[in-house]
Amino acid sequence: MSSLLSHEIGYSAPIEVHNHGFSPYVNNEGTSLGICGEDFVLVASDTRQSNGGYSINARRSPKAFELSNRTVIATTGCAADAKQLVEDMEQRAQYYVHKHGREMSTPAMAQVLSQLLYTRRFFPYYVFPIFAGLDAKGKGAVYNYDAIGNIECVSHYAYGSAAALLQPFLDNQINKAHQRGADTTAKPSRAQAVKLAIDAFTSATERDIYTGDWLEIFIVDSEGVHKLTRELKHD
Amino acid sequence: MSPILESAAGFKFDNVKRNQLLSEKGNAAPRATKTGTTIVGLIFKDGIILGADTRATSGPIVADKNCEKIHYLAPNMYCCGAGTAADTEFTTSMASSQLALHSLNTGREARVATAMTMLKQYLFRYQGHIGAYLVLGGYDVTGPHLYTIHAHGSTDKLPFVTMGSGSLAAMSVFESRWRAGLSREEGIELVKDAIEAGIFNDLGSGSNVDVCVITRNNVEYLRNYVMPNERVEKEQSYKFAPGTTEFIVPKPPATLSGEEEGTAMDVSA
Repeated sequence: MSSLLSHEIGYSAPIEVHNHGFSPYVNNEGTSLGICGEDFVLVASDTRQSNGGYSINARRSPKAFELSNRTVIATTGCAADAKQLVEDMEQRAQYYVHKHGREMSTPAMAQVLSQLLYTRRFFPYYVFPIFAGLDAKGKGAVYNYDAIGNIECVSHYAYGSAAALLQPFLDNQINKAHQRGADTTAKPSRAQAVKLAIDAFTSATERDIYTGDWLEIFIVDSEGVHKLTRELKHD
Repeated sequence: MSPILESAAGFKFDNVKRNQLLSEKGNAAPRATKTGTTIVGLIFKDGIILGADTRATSGPIVADKNCEKIHYLAPNMYCCGAGTAADTEFTTSMASSQLALHSLNTGREARVATAMTMLKQYLFRYQGHIGAYLVLGGYDVTGPHLYTIHAHGSTDKLPFVTMGSGSLAAMSVFESRWRAGLSREEGIELVKDAIEAGIFNDLGSGSNVDVCVITRNNVEYLRNYVMPNERVEKEQSYKFAPGTTEFIVPKPPATLSGEEEGTAMDVSA
């Protein structure tokens, strides 16, 4: 009956409803932080990459990168998007050099990053960047962004799976939050900032399952970018 | 009201609908501590060796860095637990007391099969709602026995077993290296390596390795047999000077002391 009927009215292919649920984003977890000093900046990230489950994709997949000889960027979120964003930034910096015959200033690059993120307003890069560098006067500047380009200049910041563990620690140690009588205006020394970054990450590794394996620290000062690597726990 | 609804036995499900409504409105139920775990057991020449990692997690956070997952059941029986921490703890302690009473009643040492049957029947009754995933090992009059018991009540009897989120990592070690007639030293080494595979490759497992060797008339509980994840020393001390934290000295209410209301902040020290 039904085949007869379909002959009469003409055959039409069944419409398949695909409910495959393609998900363009993955959170690759891990943690990044930035600290601003008087004449230096520091960013640090662990290198463990996972996907929100119980498995490790890679033990050494860097999230922090050197952008120029006076700027660095630390990311969290989707590693693939972060890679593309960093390449975009490098390209924009190169283009500027060719066009103007000099390197872009740090505040200008911070602004470019914000604009790049907002370009993707309705299909954002799933990346939470911390951008840091020295300005024209050689003073440190740390900026953090949300995924669609909201920008903020800060003294320190933490993003990622252990951000909720590290931010109050840095607030207390750098801004002297909840410390009566402490000097709240003093910025950390370079040695102090490195110690805080290392202790922040060894502690985060103890309690956050997504943070670990290796720590990469980038320090920018008047001499350029310095990179330190530290082993973290692998469990 | 039907007899079932009046029954005081088992769980109460009165709040299920209320909790569903609450979670839809954004008030999720409290999160239980899970022992995202690696637990293992194997048969060796003289008996059973059990092993476990020592990490307990609550979501992505490590709740306990050195918890005990090898539970006592009877003098000749121990049980590793994976899954919901509270469920493994209460299920094994309940079984332990039942086994003690059983021994007293019969005047004999309880058999491993008895413990296995008690546990599976108890878990089956709760249809998987008690999230206990167990590795049961012991030595009784009939020899060494090793079982796995799943939360829904199914059991397996095998010469080497692994359970928990790190079970695949651990089983890869067992599948490549286990053989019949392992010596005590070889067995412990294999169990240690299997647990370490879980510790390092499974994010739900971590910290130290616990081992338990059960032989005829003897048990050796090797708590923290190896500690491959000790914390490195911190770069500096974080001791605060006395008086750093502000605090308020409470005063008796004005109605009692006759003074004005309000409490002054202590600014001494």
